[in-house]
Amino acid sequence: MNDFINYIDNYKWEDIREAVYSKTNADVEQALHTTRPGIHDFMALVSPAAQGYLEPMAQLSRRYTQQRFGKTVQFYVPLYLTNSCINHCIYCGFNHANDINRIILTDHQIRQEIEAIHRIGSFKHILLVTGENPRDAGVDYIENAIRLVKNDFSSISIEVQPLKQQEYTRLIDAGLNAVYCYQETYHKERYKIYHPKGMKSKFDWRLDTFDRMGKAGIHKMGLGVLIGLEDWRTDTTFMALHLRYLQKRYWQTRYSVSFPRMRPHEGEHFQPNVIMHDKELAQLIFAFRIFDHDLEIALSTRESQYFRDHMTTLVVTSLSAGSKTDPGGYAVYKAELEQFIVNDDRSPAEVLQAVTNQGYEVVWKDWDMSLQYNS
Amino acid sequence: MKQLVIAGQTFSSRLFLGTGKFSSNSLMEEAITASGTGMVTVAMKRLDPTGGEDDMLHHIRKPGIQLLPNTSGVRNAREAVFAAQLAREAFETNWLKLEIHPDPRYLLPDPIQTLKATEELAKLGFVVLPYIQADPVLCKLLEEAGAATVMPLGAPIGTNKGLKTRDLLEIIIEQSTIPVVVDAGIGAPSHAAEAMEMGADAVLVNTAIAVAGDPVAMAKAFSLATEAGRMAFEARLATQLQIAEASSPLTSFLEANPPTP
Repeated sequence: MNDFINYIDNYKWEDIREAVYSKTNADVEQALHTTRPGIHDFMALVSPAAQGYLEPMAQLSRRYTQQRFGKTVQFYVPLYLTNSCINHCIYCGFNHANDINRIILTDHQIRQEIEAIHRIGSFKHILLVTGENPRDAGVDYIENAIRLVKNDFSSISIEVQPLKQQEYTRLIDAGLNAVYCYQETYHKERYKIYHPKGMKSKFDWRLDTFDRMGKAGIHKMGLGVLIGLEDWRTDTTFMALHLRYLQKRYWQTRYSVSFPRMRPHEGEHFQPNVIMHDKELAQLIFAFRIFDHDLEIALSTRESQYFRDHMTTLVVTSLSAGSKTDPGGYAVYKAELEQFIVNDDRSPAEVLQAVTNQGYEVVWKDWDMSLQYNS
Repeated sequence: MKQLVIAGQTFSSRLFLGTGKFSSNSLMEEAITASGTGMVTVAMKRLDPTGGEDDMLHHIRKPGIQLLPNTSGVRNAREAVFAAQLAREAFETNWLKLEIHPDPRYLLPDPIQTLKATEELAKLGFVVLPYIQADPVLCKLLEEAGAATVMPLGAPIGTNKGLKTRDLLEIIIEQSTIPVVVDAGIGAPSHAAEAMEMGADAVLVNTAIAVAGDPVAMAKAFSLATEAGRMAFEARLATQLQIAEASSPLTSFLEANPPTP
């Protein structure tokens, strides 16, 4: 059985790009009215031609989102376990070459962080995040962390280095529910420029990890493109192709998407090649909702309060709140180095209030460990 | 148009034929030729090993036509596997249309026995095309069990009622990674075209051709409709447009300047 790394060879970056950019108003209208949108409809919805259709796209997105999820939004909280990383991703604060204090939380520190998280909100869904250091924060460390948090949370997700199929199986047995992994870009040649060294430089290994998760029977997987590297309309079309492929093959799995976006910033660090404005991010998110009515769509605290509050009533189904993106940030250490700069720094209580004011309900718990065999 | 491939074999026509209910074997043969089909299914219970007058096989065994023996008559997986092995000997093919319908009245397929038999037959090297309910989860399970296609029904066999299961067929087509052949219930060329426009990979028709006033002309009509429907699917149909609501601007926030904290 061929995996996506073989399947993707059928598509050339330039061909997809040209197909997206040649979509017309008629193609967009077609996409807005079809009941089962295909990849061509998706391309129309992310194309420049769809910029004039934001309002009908928003209306459709709201209708589909409410039909499937009601007026609810789920809350989750990230817990950064380590900023130790062997990779050299040129855009990332955790880059191995950066001279920063490297921290790997101990069992005791993880417990302290959990207690601090409990004090700020009633979180039941936790996202464990690590840099990529298989030696010091490998699968043993992650499994241990899952066991440490499983009595306090009903749903455990990870965002860590790509693992082997049997490693995913092992973590699922320990209580893992979801894996988020971002391909960053589907442009295979350019990928090497952004990820010059470390395991992450291996494009195929990363891309194939979604198949490995699927084969391991993961309950939910999250996909994403890092906005700011390559042309986002083309990159996200590849992601949509990937999503459809995965949905057909791993049909018992649920899917989540998110779109971390880099902003231009002060300093000598990597500047985004592509700047995406709010309108474009909204267009992209609407396009995914119209393409797939059941997707979990997350917006992290990377985005502004203003944008998050508005998008919550239209299309988003999952929000983080009160996030610290540095290991030990909730209790153990004063800010070391964040992976990215938090834009919406409201407390969970404040975000909850904003959600409630808009007539929406916050869902803290939407999973139970007892639904997972073995864990 | 894209060619249909099942288990590595290419079919230029997306219309498959059943061979029951024709008033004569020669009429059946003419209808097969007129349809341009590349695959016909034959009930192994109709096979006469003595080669008697009733033997339909020599009317069907033609170059360019894949024989698809079916297990019509069996009531469970055990009987189906046994029948399949006999069919493989008799028809000299490992292709098999798996039909397990214990109920002799509506001939509705048994999903549990069909799944069980598909698993066993795939292991034994058969190319299994199971006839089943339009059940999307069952289709995924059959796919995993090693089926070469799924053949969900449009309506109960022989009813000519068309695509009564349309909403479920749409889900099956969307989710499947193996060809979807709509089988049973297709009563008119327009039904075949409808299935193809939805994105079905092929249709299987029997009663509507066999009992038509002129089966040969009807076979040709089905052939044209199947081709037209497929062509329309590949050309991507225009959708029915509704008037979008212009009011209630949900996106004005994207025009405004966000409040500065």
